[in-house]
Amino acid sequence: MFFNIEKKDADRLAAISDDGKTITYGELIQTVNDIKNVIGTRNLVFILCRNVIASLVGYVSMLGSENVPLLLSAELDEELLGYLLETYKPNYIWCPEGINDRFGELKNNNISLYSFDDYSLLRYSEEKAKLFDDLALLLTTSGSTGSPKLVRQSYNNIIANAKSIVEYLEIDSSERPITMLPMNYTYGLSVINSHLLCGATILMTESGYTQRPFWNFFREKQATSIVGVPYTYEILKKLRFFRMKLPSLRYMTQAGGKLLPELHKEFAEYALENNVRFYVMYGQTEATARMSYLPYEKSLEKYGSMGIAIPGGEFSLIDVEGNEIDEADTIGELVYKGPNVTLGYAECKADLAKGDERHGTLVTGDMAKRDAEGYYYIVGRKKRFLKIYGNRVNLDECERLIQSEYEDVECACVGEDDHMRIFVTSKGIEDSVLNYISEKTGLNRKAFEVNYIEFIPKNESGKKLYKNL
Amino acid sequence: MTNLEKYNQAFIETLEVAKEQLEGLEYQQIANWDSVGHMTLIAAIEDAFDIMMDTDDIIDLSSYEKGKEILSANYDIEF
Repeated sequence: MFFNIEKKDADRLAAISDDGKTITYGELIQTVNDIKNVIGTRNLVFILCRNVIASLVGYVSMLGSENVPLLLSAELDEELLGYLLETYKPNYIWCPEGINDRFGELKNNNISLYSFDDYSLLRYSEEKAKLFDDLALLLTTSGSTGSPKLVRQSYNNIIANAKSIVEYLEIDSSERPITMLPMNYTYGLSVINSHLLCGATILMTESGYTQRPFWNFFREKQATSIVGVPYTYEILKKLRFFRMKLPSLRYMTQAGGKLLPELHKEFAEYALENNVRFYVMYGQTEATARMSYLPYEKSLEKYGSMGIAIPGGEFSLIDVEGNEIDEADTIGELVYKGPNVTLGYAECKADLAKGDERHGTLVTGDMAKRDAEGYYYIVGRKKRFLKIYGNRVNLDECERLIQSEYEDVECACVGEDDHMRIFVTSKGIEDSVLNYISEKTGLNRKAFEVNYIEFIPKNESGKKLYKNL
Repeated sequence: MTNLEKYNQAFIETLEVAKEQLEGLEYQQIANWDSVGHMTLIAAIEDAFDIMMDTDDIIDLSSYEKGKEILSANYDIEF
C-alpha cells in the first residue's frame, strides 16, 4: 500500500492533533479500505484541506485507494473554487462541515457517503474522466489565483521525492514534525509525505506560530522540526526565536523562495551553536516538491546558496541557445533531471488522460549560477510571477482577475517577492482593488500596493512595458 | 492622542477594521489578522507606544482586549 503503511506498526501513531485526537497507521489502513469500498478506484476527488486529521485521512485514503485527489485550501475563494469545479467536474468532494452548503449544486445532493470527524465525502459529478494510469495526485500551480492549471504527479514521483527527502534530512520514525504550512501547498505536503514514509508521527495544528497555543503544543508534544518559507523565518526572528528554549528541536528547513542571505547566515549560526541541523532547499510543484538542499554542515560556509541536487537528481545550467554551461559562476537557466519530475500540466479535464510529457527533465524557469565547488545559487527567474509568503502568484493572472472585476480599467502588476505593485488606470479604486486582490488570493493585504497611473506604458505592438513601471 | 486612541489606531490601520469591530476582535477572526497581519499589528503597537514587546507578550496577544491587558500589566500603559 502507498507509503508502505501496511508495513508500519499498526498501533503506531500517524498523527496527533492539538484537540487531542489521534490516528494510528492501522486506522489509516482501515480508512483506505473504507474509501475503496465506498467509491472504488480512479475517481477524481477534490479535497478541501485544513491541517486536521480528517484532511490527512482523506488524502492518504484517496492515494491509497488509487483515487486521484486535487488538494485545495478549504479557505479558497468561493468563486475560484466554483471555477475549478466547473472545469474539472470531480466525482467526489472531501470537505469539512460548513463548506458543503457553500455551493448550490451540492445542497440538493449533500448526502454524505462517508465521514470522518467533521469531514464528509460528497458526490459531485457522475461523469468519470479518463485518468492516466500513473496519475496519482493533482496540485495547483498558483492556487491563490484559482488558475485551472494543475500539476500532474505520478505515484512514482511522490515516492521518489519522499525517499530522497528522508535520505538527505536523515529522518526516521522517531520524528515529530508539526504543521506550519498548508497541506495543499507542495512544501507542506512534502513534509507529510516524507514523514509518513518513514512512519513518523505528525503533529497537526491550525494555530499559527505567532500564537501561544502553537508553541504550547510544540513543547508539550516535543516537535522535532521547524519548516518555513522566507517570511516564516523573518517572523521567527522577530519573535526572538534565537532565545527560545526548544530542546526537542532537531532540524529546520526553508524553501518556498529565496531567504535573504543575511537571514540565512543568522539561522545557520544559531543552528550550529544549538546543535540543530538547518537546511535551505529549493523546489517546485513541477518537481513534486524538492530539487535541492544545502547540506547542514555547509549552511554557514555556503550561506545564500540553495545547495546541490537531492539524492537521485541532477542539475545543469543552459544558455539561451540551450547549450550546457560548464564554467563556474556563469548564469544560465536551471535544468533538473530526476524521478520526481512530474508528468506535466493539466488545463482541462481531458488533460488528465495525458501521459508523461517531461520524461524526467524539468526546465525550471529559474536563473542560477554554480560555484567552483558545485553549489548552486538562484539569481532570478524568467517567468512573470512573484513568491508571496511562499506562494507562487502569477502576475498576468492577477491582471486578468482585476480587469475582469473592474470594467474599463487597465491594470499592470509588477514587484518583488512578498511585495506586489499594482497599477490601475482609474482613480479612486485603489483601496477597493487592494481589498479585492487580497481577498481573492487569500494573501494578507500588506503584500500589495495599488497605485493610480494615467496609462499603462506599452510598445508599438501593444505589449505592456513592465520595465517602465 | 490618548493611549486608547493610539491603540485603536494600530488595529484600525493594520487590520483594516472599523472602530465598531474592535470589541471582541480575535486573532484569525478576520482574514487580515493572520500571521502576517499579527506581526504588522505588533510593529504598529510597538511604534505607537515606543516599546519593544517580549516574545511571550507577542504570542499572547490573541484579542483586542488581551492586548490592552498585556500593555497595562507589562508596559505601564494606562487605558
